[in-house]
Amino acid sequence: MQNRSVFLLSTLCFGFAFLYVPILIMMAYSFNSSRLVTVWGGFSTQWYGKLLENDQVIDAALLSLKIAVVSASFATILGTFAGLTLARLGRFKGRTLFSGMISAPLIMPDVITGLSLLLLFVSLETLIGWPSGRGATTVTLAHITFSMAYVAVIIQSRLTSMDNSVEEAAMDLGSTPLRVMWDITLPIIAPAMVSGWLLSFTLSLDDLVIASFTNGPGSTTLPMLIFSKVKLGVTPDINALATLIVGVVTLGVVVAGFLMFRAEKQRDRDVQVAIAANE
Amino acid sequence: MTADDSFIRIENVTKKFGEFVAVDNVSLDISKGELFALLGGSGCGKTTLLRMLAGFETPTSGRIIIDGQDMGDVQPFNRPVNMMFQSYALFPHMNVEKNIGYGLKHEAMSDGERKQRVSELLDLVQLGQFAARKPHQLSGGQRQRVALARALAKSPKVLLLDEPLGALDKKLREQTQFELINIQEELGVTFIVVTHDQEEAMTLASRIAIMDRGVIKQVGTPTDVYEFPTSRFTADFIGSINLFDGTVTSVKAGKARINAAKAGCTFEAPVSPGIKSGDAVGVAVRPEKISISRSRPKSTTVNAVQGEVLDLGYFGKDSLYRVKLESGELIRVNRVNDQRVEEADRQVDWDDKVWLTWDANSAIVLPEEP
Amino acid sequence: MSELAGKSVSSSATQRSGFQRWLNRNGWRKIVAGIPYFWLLLFFLAPFFIVMVIAVSEAAYSIPPFKIPFSWEALQANIATNFGYLINDSLYYTGYLNSLKIAAISTVFCLLLGYPMAYGIARSSGATRNILLLLVILPFWTSFLLRIYAWIGLLGTNGTINNVLLAIGIIDEPLQMMNTDFAVYIGIVYSYLPFMILPLYANLERLDNTLTEAAMDLGSTPARTFLDVTLPLSVPGIVAGSMLVFIPATGEYVIPVLLGTGSSPMIGRVLFDEFFLNTDWPVASAVAIVLLLLLVVPIMMFNHYQARAEGVE
Repeated sequence: MQNRSVFLLSTLCFGFAFLYVPILIMMAYSFNSSRLVTVWGGFSTQWYGKLLENDQVIDAALLSLKIAVVSASFATILGTFAGLTLARLGRFKGRTLFSGMISAPLIMPDVITGLSLLLLFVSLETLIGWPSGRGATTVTLAHITFSMAYVAVIIQSRLTSMDNSVEEAAMDLGSTPLRVMWDITLPIIAPAMVSGWLLSFTLSLDDLVIASFTNGPGSTTLPMLIFSKVKLGVTPDINALATLIVGVVTLGVVVAGFLMFRAEKQRDRDVQVAIAANE
Repeated sequence: MTADDSFIRIENVTKKFGEFVAVDNVSLDISKGELFALLGGSGCGKTTLLRMLAGFETPTSGRIIIDGQDMGDVQPFNRPVNMMFQSYALFPHMNVEKNIGYGLKHEAMSDGERKQRVSELLDLVQLGQFAARKPHQLSGGQRQRVALARALAKSPKVLLLDEPLGALDKKLREQTQFELINIQEELGVTFIVVTHDQEEAMTLASRIAIMDRGVIKQVGTPTDVYEFPTSRFTADFIGSINLFDGTVTSVKAGKARINAAKAGCTFEAPVSPGIKSGDAVGVAVRPEKISISRSRPKSTTVNAVQGEVLDLGYFGKDSLYRVKLESGELIRVNRVNDQRVEEADRQVDWDDKVWLTWDANSAIVLPEEP
Repeated sequence: MSELAGKSVSSSATQRSGFQRWLNRNGWRKIVAGIPYFWLLLFFLAPFFIVMVIAVSEAAYSIPPFKIPFSWEALQANIATNFGYLINDSLYYTGYLNSLKIAAISTVFCLLLGYPMAYGIARSSGATRNILLLLVILPFWTSFLLRIYAWIGLLGTNGTINNVLLAIGIIDEPLQMMNTDFAVYIGIVYSYLPFMILPLYANLERLDNTLTEAAMDLGSTPARTFLDVTLPLSVPGIVAGSMLVFIPATGEYVIPVLLGTGSSPMIGRVLFDEFFLNTDWPVASAVAIVLLLLLVVPIMMFNHYQARAEGVE
């Protein structure tokens, strides 16, 4: 028994070290004043300054943010519809195909998704003249498509974990199905929609391969820019950029996690107070 | 064997979870071949005690001795004890035969012997034709029998049963109760049953320990705990009872007179030697020990009280009357419907003024708890 | 009077427009299901058919750079040419074999590291468990590209690992770790580890604790109990996690490009280069189709176990 917990504890430590030490080292080197990335030349924040002066980086970042916001929003709407369909509409013709199309993008290798979407866009352009050329629009369409699958899965699992008697009760009390959706179902899945939006946003911000296929000349997303620089090796300004991105995301996730944790605790406390008042 | 006759000996066992004391200094002796029940409400510590016997929890202090062997350092998988889990805990990926034979994998026996043993057990619980089924293909009662056979396979010295009938419906429960008793008698294995159901404990067990908040309140035969409860908790927990606060006014020849103001009468009841005049006691009488009548009894002051029928519950074989006394207190009276009469001819009916009387031997005196 | 009242009710109901009534009866279902359905048919399913068509087309110097065959003979010839490359040119078939090998080995390492981690998390309690889970999920949210980038700084000839090993005297000259298969294994295990841990955790956490207690009660040591009960019951989690790692890893592009060797590229890189450098769309499509065919069995396994995991609940 003792040996087993020692073993589990040491694998956990090793695993988390494996996951986090590389990032931490990279972050540390972003404060290195030396241009040589392997030699520590003292503490400095000069690379952050250089980064902010780099128009190329700023433009790419803005483009990526724009694509991420738009695609995450559309993906959340479409994914919510898809999740509702899977969790609440029961059996219908073509359900198997539908659920297959929802789960396949989650594991499909990016090169296949990217290639097939590009070929679709090219064919559509030849046939109906839309979309004319490739660029931010086609990247956004591609990102919506794979992100909505993630949103759908999140919404579906939220809804299946919830008893649908609440919705039936509302229906029983005279609400039309549409009202039930608006008054009952949406508030319940709202937190899942928020997580879905955030996940879609980061997936879009992070995507390199699909964007490389579906993007046209002239517009460069942030991952494409980073990739082109990274292929040439380690540079301190990319360390700084990475530190900024990782830092912002971590802060966001930790704050969101903390807020949810607190809300849950508050709810538990309320329940306890209510129980105590009843006794 | 230890010097005395106890097969399982629980010595001053305490179990704490952080600040919470789940089992508080419990001592208990159980003899070989007994069908013993631990009875109590949820959170009373009965399951924790059972899990300490199985070895899943370690006592914070105290000792558990089974068949002369101190279980202190013995891991669950080395104990001569098997358990039937409340959820049955059947392995979902193994069929009935594999489930039953699982414990025998570690025994030194040939494959043939093992097969033989499994088929004996299948016969014992009458599941021969279901040997190849998976647990999810069985009914609740069949699963219960598989769990029982699996726990018996290794011929344990002690079988622990956690709410063995809890998951069964009422009809099946009664039948299974007697099956369990028969199997226990046939094999002579010591059974320890944990249950919250007093009827189950009373029918199954030869002795019952009643637990409350980690403490054993009383140990005795079903008759002992029902007819001769030693504490208010036991009296109230087992069956239904009418209980009043009272003061002892006199003690003579093992019988005391007790004045119970709320009841509005004097009780005469046998008492144990320790009770003396002036003691505050509880005095109680079970509903079925009270006679109800519209006619005036001989004595109207001792073991008799007048009231008005407030409620009448007709259950078929018997009826329950709730009678309101002058003090406003309610007394419950059970009456067997041993005669077949029309409703209109009922001897006692709603709003009747009635007299309640009981025999001096029926009243129970419960000393104040320290 | 009553007749009048009845009439006014029914007329106001019709006034509430046929559209609204259609919505309330069944229309809302059609909209909710129809929009994402149509989207996926157009942007997910249709592209695969286009890929199939282009895979049997002829490469051409035109825009777009392919010609769709209009005769049976042309079709056969195109299939023979495009798919012929994949069989005859070692670049392609070694690319596939390499990818399958690297993905399989990485999956095994992910499992060996991820299983005890998932088990440890499932066994821990309350707040600790939540924090550990958050630590597993956190890398999901941070840039995949940048996390691979971090390894370039570690694995290089002048990288942190070599510097540390040289400093403490374990090695005399730097180890060649960058641009090797070893670096690719590290990269894949590193970036896909959370995908292995999460389904395993979900599976192990649901596992009924009384089952392991029952096995121990029947005489099994903890090790035996693990083999007899925990491991077989966590097979759905193992399969789901392994497929979540194996399938995308097979088509991985970024990791082998940044960390791997150029001499025996993985198939994702072959496809990418075929498309962008050679501009041979038909052969790139053929490569994609064969890759998809190789992955059909794992994808179906994943869906099967996913459905089973949902059915259990």
